[in-house]
Amino acid sequence: MRYAMAIDTKKCVGCSDCVVACQLENDVPEGYCRDWIVEITTGTYPDLQTEIRSERCNHCANAPCVRCCPTGASHFEDGGIVLVQPNECIGCKACIAACPYDARYVHPDGYVDKCTFCLHRVKKGQQPACVAVCPTKCLYFGDIDDPRSKISLLLKKRKWKTLIPEAGTDPKIYYLI
Amino acid sequence: MIEEIITSGRMNPEIDPLLHIWGWEISLYLYIGGLVAGILFFSALLVLLNKEDKFTFSVKMLPLSAPVLLGIGLLALFLDLSHKLYFWRLYTIIRLNSPMSWGAWTLMAIFPLSVLWCCIWLKDNFTTFKWPYTWLDALFETGKKYRKLIAWMLVGLSLILGMYTGILLSAFNARPFWNTSILGPLFLVSGLSTGAAAIILFSKNRQERRLFSKVDMALIGVELFFIIHLFMGFLAGVRVHIQAAELFLGGPYTAPFWIFVVSLGLILPALLEFLELKQFKIPHVIPAVMVLFGGLLLRIIVVSAGQASRWLY
Amino acid sequence: MLKAFGSANITAPSYAQCRGPREVAFIGTFGEGVLSPERTDIRDTRCLVLIGSHLGENMHNGQVQEMSDAIDKGATIITVDPRFSTAAGKSKYWLPIKPATDMALLLAWIHVLIYENRYNRSFVEKHTYGFDELKAHVASYTPEWAYGITTIKPDLIRKTAYEMAGAAPATIVHPGRHVTWYGDDTQRLRAVAILNALLGSWGQRGGFYNPDKVHIPHFKSPKYPKPKHTWREAFPGKYKLADMALASGICDATIPSIERDCSLKAWIVNGTNLLSTLPDKKKTIEAIQSLELLVVIDTMPMEITGYADVVLPECTYLERYDMLRSSPHREPSIALRMPAAEPLYDSKPDWWIAKELGIKLGLEKYFQYDNIEEVLDWQLKQLGSSLDEMKKIGVKKFPREFDDLYMDLNEDFEFNTNTGKIELYATSFDDEGYDPLPVYKEHEQPPEGYYRLIYGRAPMHTFSRTTNNPNLSELMDENTLWVNPKVAKTWDLKNDQYIWLENQDGVSSPNSIKVRITERIRWDSVYMVHGFGHTDRRLSRAFKRGVADSDFITRVHVDPVMGGTGMRGNFVTFLFNAPSVGKGGKA
Repeated sequence: MRYAMAIDTKKCVGCSDCVVACQLENDVPEGYCRDWIVEITTGTYPDLQTEIRSERCNHCANAPCVRCCPTGASHFEDGGIVLVQPNECIGCKACIAACPYDARYVHPDGYVDKCTFCLHRVKKGQQPACVAVCPTKCLYFGDIDDPRSKISLLLKKRKWKTLIPEAGTDPKIYYLI
Repeated sequence: MIEEIITSGRMNPEIDPLLHIWGWEISLYLYIGGLVAGILFFSALLVLLNKEDKFTFSVKMLPLSAPVLLGIGLLALFLDLSHKLYFWRLYTIIRLNSPMSWGAWTLMAIFPLSVLWCCIWLKDNFTTFKWPYTWLDALFETGKKYRKLIAWMLVGLSLILGMYTGILLSAFNARPFWNTSILGPLFLVSGLSTGAAAIILFSKNRQERRLFSKVDMALIGVELFFIIHLFMGFLAGVRVHIQAAELFLGGPYTAPFWIFVVSLGLILPALLEFLELKQFKIPHVIPAVMVLFGGLLLRIIVVSAGQASRWLY
Repeated sequence: MLKAFGSANITAPSYAQCRGPREVAFIGTFGEGVLSPERTDIRDTRCLVLIGSHLGENMHNGQVQEMSDAIDKGATIITVDPRFSTAAGKSKYWLPIKPATDMALLLAWIHVLIYENRYNRSFVEKHTYGFDELKAHVASYTPEWAYGITTIKPDLIRKTAYEMAGAAPATIVHPGRHVTWYGDDTQRLRAVAILNALLGSWGQRGGFYNPDKVHIPHFKSPKYPKPKHTWREAFPGKYKLADMALASGICDATIPSIERDCSLKAWIVNGTNLLSTLPDKKKTIEAIQSLELLVVIDTMPMEITGYADVVLPECTYLERYDMLRSSPHREPSIALRMPAAEPLYDSKPDWWIAKELGIKLGLEKYFQYDNIEEVLDWQLKQLGSSLDEMKKIGVKKFPREFDDLYMDLNEDFEFNTNTGKIELYATSFDDEGYDPLPVYKEHEQPPEGYYRLIYGRAPMHTFSRTTNNPNLSELMDENTLWVNPKVAKTWDLKNDQYIWLENQDGVSSPNSIKVRITERIRWDSVYMVHGFGHTDRRLSRAFKRGVADSDFITRVHVDPVMGGTGMRGNFVTFLFNAPSVGKGGKA
């Protein structure tokens, strides 16, 4: 089992519903967010292209944050979800420095916090909050080890990319392009 | 034109708009780590070379500062932690993949050893000093007998400590400016150089100062060589590495780095030390302070610049 | 309550400031409006043409969801916009049109369809009226002619016309929503309607479906009295095709005039911040000052509440029941809104406010119930449901009364127009003295040093209502001024620099706005998101954040057909210092 997310950049309009859903679902403190929207525009008027992406922790298979954690607070859960155990975290912030995606932050309570793929929902058989609310249905969450899952089929059918593959982190958020 | 913006208003404190998780605490911690590594390395090395009676200051006196300095360094590290009550978690597990874990355990090993090392030499330093208990006296006399063994351990540990201060940063693939294996050796040499400068600064023995002036000049030479290599490596690298180098070649770090670290912290003191050896009248305090100051500034700048360099995607 | 009191002056700015022209234009052509929610079958379309419509940024949920479905199914999107909008970024063709020249493009498209024989011949012959007049009318409107006006290359105009024709009848030339731009908006939307008629997309899958809605029975109450006066008296002989009251017209009907023996004396404003919604703020304020009573019902302290004689605090939609929602859709449905939490403070639901006011006014006989639940339950029972059931399911679907989601092309169909056909040549317009066929009219372009002010929406905000919401203000707490890099270079503007604006009439705003230099906007225009620049200090998160576009909309081009307020004919220039009152410190 390997959880992953695919995000269809052709459909995402950057409405940020995923951001608010995450904040409310996970009690993210005010002024913080675990997911966010990036818009990239290239070219010169009128020859332009944009890409809109909903970004979050990539739950990398080769996660530098897990590797550099001195206490093991950052760890892999079943299904490859990268999590932080707050009562093992000393707040050294090495994992923040190690993350090329800037996906982590220091929670006001002191420990480091990030996207959990809404593991508490996934365990109940629900979708992560961001996926559940997306009005354009551009977020797909599932098990890429299961060849018949929607996400596996999409990744077979569509062209996709990951972010900063050259950093060697083997990210598990796929962007359909 | 390429416009890359976060449109959902992300402003995570310390992350946006520029990463700023580590400030002076980590810089000071890394600096002190290097300095202590230098002090203990030279002390232990001279013992191994049977020069302990010739260069008493560097072997016996200066290491007294090591536990104190280490204490300050650890305090700085502690201040930086944001979840301080869980500090002890560092010592419940050894994680070989994590430089931070390595550092914590190295400090754990070197701290008591440096205390032991100080105690061994306490009676030599202060002739009137007496241990209150005979068993303590006996203990440290035994220790002194095995001083070569301890010196071997200290040489090894101080090299690891000095190297670690650089590797801690260079292990971060995510920050291109840090992500170069030359940072370990560079920080080690810089640490040794500041150690030598500390000896020059405080030693009353002219011969000792002259020796360490020579050593320091050689170390500075190596350091400059590493710095040139650092930038050559970056410029021959991928785009993000070139961008990292550009922070120092026209970017915001250009002036502080090349003027204060390289010119005033390395080249000029080396020159002054050279002139002093050539019998020019130069107070030995000046180059020593410059090296010590340059070493600190190097850490501050590297810690800061690494956080300013990132992958673009 | 108002009807019981005898007033017919009930209006919303979503008509004359927004979608009015398209309703009038489509009624004039097809005999039916586009309605809200729109009857566009975006879900199944193969070609979606958006003209100045920024779905995706305009987060009209149903339409955005369907656009996403259409993208999934591989539909072609064509976007016409001087700004590279989110939708433009998802389009196969983006036509970066020179602002205010859309009519020329539409006429050129009509020309191509007709003269290159790409229109839906059988549909046009069977169902439309006035094709020959139209054909003669557009003879000279070639793509080459349009190129000189719109700056869109003839080749691109042809290619996109072929694309539309190729996908027809599953093509939607979208009528848009906020279409009050230049004052000839009804005529422009007529051109859009004609295009759809030529493509045969009316009543077809992937085009415009026939919506159906549930008719909710009226709770027993006596007949309402007939009003003695209406807002129309302010406009003798004008805007005759308006099918709803004009929010802006209410202002005119309020300001006393010697030509009228009667003016509006009191307003009740419910949940709309008129000062930022209506153009021409000066006139709005003049009207407010002529009033004897202004009652504002709102959930937040907005600019309008500052002018109110009485403020009645309403609880938010999460704290109240509302009347049942029944919207025209593919399948008729009703939806219940019910409270998720108890109202905070002394706020009350609007039904309670209306009922209590009614009782005070001696209109008890119209309010023969104790609470809204009673009304809702009665209405729902009439429909074969109940409040208890709806509380559980929220939305209930009903079968269509007639099985005619799409038109059967083989059958004769009587349209609700004078001729019973789709009127390419609008006889109703002719009767009232308006152009029966849309004519290209040149609009003013910005003078040297000025830029056309284009405004729009951000998906995270609902106009100016949500900019003080903690979660949403975190996403976007101020608007920015989009400036083309060429313009930025001329003015030496830097990203994130704050500047002030002044319009062609010397009107400036005390608030400054942050510059965003982007290739996504044309060099003759600037763009900002609507809804910012609040001036009420109690809006702690939104106060003085960004600039209100409505501050600069002082010149309004009124649509002669239905009274829509064209707001895109205003131009701004940049100030580097805060404007002092009276004279602007022009840079």
